[in-house]
Amino acid sequence: METGVIFAGFGGQGILLAGKILARAAMEKGFEVTWLPSYGPEMRGGTANCTVVIADEPVGSPIVDSPYVLVAMNGPSFARFLPRVARGGTVIANSSLISERKERPDVRVVWAPMNEIAQELGEPRCANMVGLGAAVKALGILPLEAVISAMEEELGARGREKLVEVNRQALLRGYALA
Amino acid sequence: MKILMRGNEAMAEAAIRAGCRCYFCYPITPQGELVEYMARHLPRHGGVFLQAESEVAAINMVYGAAAAGVRTMTSSSSPGISLKMEGISYLAGARLPAVIVNVMRAGPGLGNIAPAQGDYFQATKGGGHGDYRLIVLAPSTAQEAAELVMLAFDLSDRYRVPAMVLADGMLGQMMEPVELPEPIPPEKIPEKPWALTGAKGRSPNVVSSFDLDPYRFREVLRALWQTYREIERNEVRWEEYQVEDAELLLVAYGTMGRICRTVVRKARKEGLRVGLFRPITLWPFPYEPLRKLAEKIPVLLTVELSAGQMWEDVRLAVEGRAKTPFYGELGGVVPTPDEILSEVKKHVRD
Repeated sequence: METGVIFAGFGGQGILLAGKILARAAMEKGFEVTWLPSYGPEMRGGTANCTVVIADEPVGSPIVDSPYVLVAMNGPSFARFLPRVARGGTVIANSSLISERKERPDVRVVWAPMNEIAQELGEPRCANMVGLGAAVKALGILPLEAVISAMEEELGARGREKLVEVNRQALLRGYALA
Repeated sequence: MKILMRGNEAMAEAAIRAGCRCYFCYPITPQGELVEYMARHLPRHGGVFLQAESEVAAINMVYGAAAAGVRTMTSSSSPGISLKMEGISYLAGARLPAVIVNVMRAGPGLGNIAPAQGDYFQATKGGGHGDYRLIVLAPSTAQEAAELVMLAFDLSDRYRVPAMVLADGMLGQMMEPVELPEPIPPEKIPEKPWALTGAKGRSPNVVSSFDLDPYRFREVLRALWQTYREIERNEVRWEEYQVEDAELLLVAYGTMGRICRTVVRKARKEGLRVGLFRPITLWPFPYEPLRKLAEKIPVLLTVELSAGQMWEDVRLAVEGRAKTPFYGELGGVVPTPDEILSEVKKHVRD
């Protein structure tokens, strides 16, 4: 088993963090993982993406031709990565920010109003966790609890314990969507 | 316990665990996290972290610390390594152990900050002036990067030859689970009776790469090249993957080596008998094991993030025993497994 997930969106949306939490959860469940960020002269408002590979044997390539799950948090990344998603895969698309709602017959697209849900929860910055929650459901190889505890550890390491509860809510809301 | 770490961080932590206590640098992408990690952690271990005014200053600080017998390291990325080349030649000439990490980016010139493998010639065939070699180790995972940094310190001390760890931007930036090697206790680090530690109660030591007398200097270099021959005999390292029944052998190192692992798996799923040969020491290069494989495998496809640099060593190893096509990408472009697989299909059974 080897499966790839791509998170993509604007810089500042928490794309890299969402990927890292997934990678960490998978590692703690005993999987082999890689987390590969786009890097460069990135800035808030620019583009960002990362690729997470989860496997049950050592990961070869950290870049994937066809991700099984794509989390697209804005229009440009949806347009860019949709053609690459594996047949039978899932796209978690942020309907709050994607106006052109393209579909593919061989791919399931889950439209998730990530920003609205985050707004409802009172924390606009947790839209990424809505996307991650949905991705975890679509992947179907990790329990959500593992991802919640990886999120707690990541936020704890950043001194953001106060944000754990709202991010947990966001993960649950996303998980219920997919 | 496994920790999710960037390759850059894994190399920094491994250096500290290897007993590196003097680290000198000048920042450059894509190895910035290595600098940051050392700045944060090395002083806690009683070490010296110093951001120098330039790469040239940093490598000469390494020379000073090495001459004083301290385990010392510097790191940079391609253009920065070019600036360090004079100092590296001096280290080699003065027989000083030191570790240099190059997290390669695309060149020549300022190029860009994307991953590349265009510094193979510079690392393995000189780069600095004069008759010298570097031990060159090429990791392909964060785990291996940590292990090879520790090995680089050991080999460098054992042979009194500077060692380079040749990584690239992808390996530096990506995160993977790492099981960190145990720290080396200070008493296990070999004594350095030649070091400049103050001559009180003993005759003075001299550390220098300078000798005006050609005959005397020739003897120094003959001894140095005897050491290189010894390294060639003892320290060649490589990995073979699915080579037993292979009809086509991919030859790739570092990041390209691991990507080719995925290519082998994909090719095998399609019934193509493809294997992988991954040099771990780029110098000394694994000529002999590769030559043996070329006796029975008809095609050796070298894949690099360059225009074909290691390819020359592959052809030296093969010496016409097999076909040796090449596939490379330039400018920081990293081919995907499927792109390499379609290249494989052009050569398998042709």
